[in-house]
Amino acid sequence: MMISARAYGDNGKMKEYHYTGPVEHKFSPYAFNGGTVLAVAGEDFALVASDTRLSEGYSIHSRDSPKCYKLTDTTVIGCSGFHGDCLTLTKIIEARLKMYKHSNNKSMTSGAIAAMLSTILYGKRFFPYYVYNIIGGLDEEGRGAVYSFDPVGSYQRDTYKAGGSASAMLQPLLDNQIGFKNMENVEQLPLTLEKAVQLVKDVFISAAERDVYTGDALKICIITKEGIREEIVPLRKD
Amino acid sequence: MALQDVCGFLDTLDDTGPCTYPPNEMGYMWRTASEFDRDSAFHFLFPPQQCSRKNRVPTLFSSTFSSLSPHQQPFQLSHGTTTLGFIFQDGVIAAADTRASCKGLICCPTSQKIMPIHSHLVVNTSGSGADCMLWERILTREMRLYQLRHRKRLSINGAAKLLSMMLHPFKGTNVCVAATLCGWDGEETRETLNSCMEIAEVKEAVEQDTGVSTISDSALSSVKMASVNEQEILKDAYALNPAVSDQNTKNVLSFGGRSGPRVCYVCSDGLQLKGEIISVGSGSPYAYAVLDDGWRWGMTVDEAVALAREAVFRATHWDAYSGNNVDLFHITAHGWRRRDREDLKEEYYRERERKRKKIKEREKERQKREGDELGEGDIYSVHCG
Repeated sequence: MMISARAYGDNGKMKEYHYTGPVEHKFSPYAFNGGTVLAVAGEDFALVASDTRLSEGYSIHSRDSPKCYKLTDTTVIGCSGFHGDCLTLTKIIEARLKMYKHSNNKSMTSGAIAAMLSTILYGKRFFPYYVYNIIGGLDEEGRGAVYSFDPVGSYQRDTYKAGGSASAMLQPLLDNQIGFKNMENVEQLPLTLEKAVQLVKDVFISAAERDVYTGDALKICIITKEGIREEIVPLRKD
Repeated sequence: MALQDVCGFLDTLDDTGPCTYPPNEMGYMWRTASEFDRDSAFHFLFPPQQCSRKNRVPTLFSSTFSSLSPHQQPFQLSHGTTTLGFIFQDGVIAAADTRASCKGLICCPTSQKIMPIHSHLVVNTSGSGADCMLWERILTREMRLYQLRHRKRLSINGAAKLLSMMLHPFKGTNVCVAATLCGWDGEETRETLNSCMEIAEVKEAVEQDTGVSTISDSALSSVKMASVNEQEILKDAYALNPAVSDQNTKNVLSFGGRSGPRVCYVCSDGLQLKGEIISVGSGSPYAYAVLDDGWRWGMTVDEAVALAREAVFRATHWDAYSGNNVDLFHITAHGWRRRDREDLKEEYYRERERKRKKIKEREKERQKREGDELGEGDIYSVHCG
């Protein structure tokens, strides 16, 4: 049973219920499935983390639906928003990666994947993929890279980015802890892998406290030159 | 030809516009590998029309798009900004803030809104972020192709017309691009560069606020240049012939000067504007107020940079959708130069300090004045005692 996206306010949360008279419901091809994604880039590592809850309206469809997808040995993408578009988009990206591998005999770099995704998303400018993407990986020099996108393909390279339903809560916290914004007289130490992982866990625990669409479990993909490692941490299930 | 295939030479401007995808055997709207290879940016996917218009043949593209009931998008794209560009005697200044907002949330506090197209042209973008990113890339590609085919750079006005023509098929859709092209027109030859150096020295010697003189025949013949570069001619003429008439000068530059600084505004509605000062975005009224007050043709570079900075600072102060940092580019006949990105938060604190100092000084002066006045009054001293 798919609830029309019109029942949702513009930030994806349910609108208040009160009877305003008969309303015509048109079929809406979009639904909002919740979820939060986060990516952090370090000196020689990158992290992509997402919760694993798949919800719709007042229901939870699944507690084990992670939103990070591994693309290559050095790149992971996190997609949140409408799950149907996430699945199709990742299928298209994987197909394009294979085509590139076959015609160029090498894997796509993170920057190239980001540029390609931008054109894929803009190709549907007039019927967009309702997906908030964040790509995390290592660039050609082995440094961490994070690329954040909007649903129609505008993107840029960042050091850290949160996307999805709890993004507005997490981004300021990351600005403060990783970007050292609005802090006076602080020694700005570079971010180590252990500190970054601990920070991501704390940040998601906080998000699960206050955002209904985030919770159940947290999956962190840690990308280093040795490869991709995964960690699963339980979160609140209520 | 390899380059032809790579550029999609015959594809680009032959396209009459975006097309819908017919369903193929593999299923609905999947592109084949060959279609990916000749990725022309003009192939957009349009959703099937939902109402009872099954066999409608689109005749005019604008009517097709406006009749498309776009699906209710549950998200908002980035808008809201302050960008400005103006010309003056020593080139063009392009400045912009760096905030990209998305209906109340700041998606990115460090976006780059001024993008260089080639060595003598930068474009200030505002409107929807993805649209601006893509159309700037398309414009860069087209200008580079023009340069390769015709062996000279396309003028700023030409670039504006090209961009406007490329955006025209999308009129009526919600593509939102408002670009200000800022650059320097004109051929660059070695003689020009040399005379620029000479004239710079002469200019410093005779620099004044008023404009430069009219073109006189003696001045023209005395300057041996391969190209028509009227800026340089005018400056040299001033040195030789100090009859000053800025009105004429301005007319020459706006009505027929083939080279020199230019600012052009292009909008996805189809509007094209040329002028001396152009500001775009939600913060533009505030920027215009500052620019109109301080702009003079004969400004120095430092004055112009300070004016642009001040305009963006004031706009970011009053407009909620503009803020964070200010980017500044200065374009001259030699190309563009970028000033370091500056955080306006510091400027805000400096401003507050200055105001506080001024208030303190005023207080002191007031007390001193009152002290002088009261110097003779015994009544008051008794009262205070």
